Amino acid sequence: MKKVGVLRFLGTNCDADVMSACGDLEISAEYVWWADHFDYRQYSAFILPGGFSYGDYLRCGAMAARTPAMDDVREAAKNGCPVLGICNGFQILCEAGLLPGALTKNISRQFQDEWVSMTTTSNGGFWDGGKGNGNGNGTVTLPIAHSMGRYFAEAHELDELFQNDQVWLKYTANPNGSLRDIAGILNKKKNVAALMPHPERAMHEWMGGDQGRVFFERLRT
Amino acid sequence: MKYLVHVMPRQEALDPQGWAVQGALARMGYKVKDCRVGKAVIVEVDTLDKQQGMRQVKEMAEKLLANPLIETFEVKEL
Repeated sequence: MKKVGVLRFLGTNCDADVMSACGDLEISAEYVWWADHFDYRQYSAFILPGGFSYGDYLRCGAMAARTPAMDDVREAAKNGCPVLGICNGFQILCEAGLLPGALTKNISRQFQDEWVSMTTTSNGGFWDGGKGNGNGNGTVTLPIAHSMGRYFAEAHELDELFQNDQVWLKYTANPNGSLRDIAGILNKKKNVAALMPHPERAMHEWMGGDQGRVFFERLRT
Repeated sequence: MKYLVHVMPRQEALDPQGWAVQGALARMGYKVKDCRVGKAVIVEVDTLDKQQGMRQVKEMAEKLLANPLIETFEVKEL
């Protein structure tokens, strides 16, 4: 049976949480090391967890996006393999050119660690937590933990995202100045998805909420 | 050959770091109209050919050192 590949870069720190989230849902997953090349066909999907890859040096995600493992993730994405980026994973996917735009400093200039509510605005394709997302009425509540979460793209690119139904999640109360309240986006084919909040930190009521489960449930085979 | 790659946030992209520094300068009593913070990367390449060196460093800037969506860059020979 194919496994989910969980990417590990130097400075990734949500890898064990993502692995544990997969474990909770009996999804078999294994780590993929940044320096290794691999055959993406051996994996059912890839998850890029959060963290501070390469210390956010230069720009968040910049160095991780240019690693051997990301060359293969790019190949996987091109061939329709599902890829999910969470937080730093979102930043890496933008830097890798797999998603449009960039994540910039929060308008508050602070690291923000709080629970936020979002609406699902797009049919998420493979990653469709979709209409059933979170509490079932198209809204979902998850924790954010980032200082570089303000989504930025040119106005025409933002228009295109909305026109192509690529805006996956929007904040209901924008925490970080993200343009057009964007919290998560998809690529055109909808096999690559990314969000700033952390679904892996919302898997059980004791964690403060369990609405993150739906983001991993699609990986159950 | 040594080059300076000077990376600045684009005018269209906000520069919260610049605001913070401007705020601090204002608190020190300076009247500052605008303040932007960028970065400088000094790269030494193993060539004596100025044009070739410049070409290489510009390529590095385009591929990694700057993100054209949010930043602009200039390369100067040192």
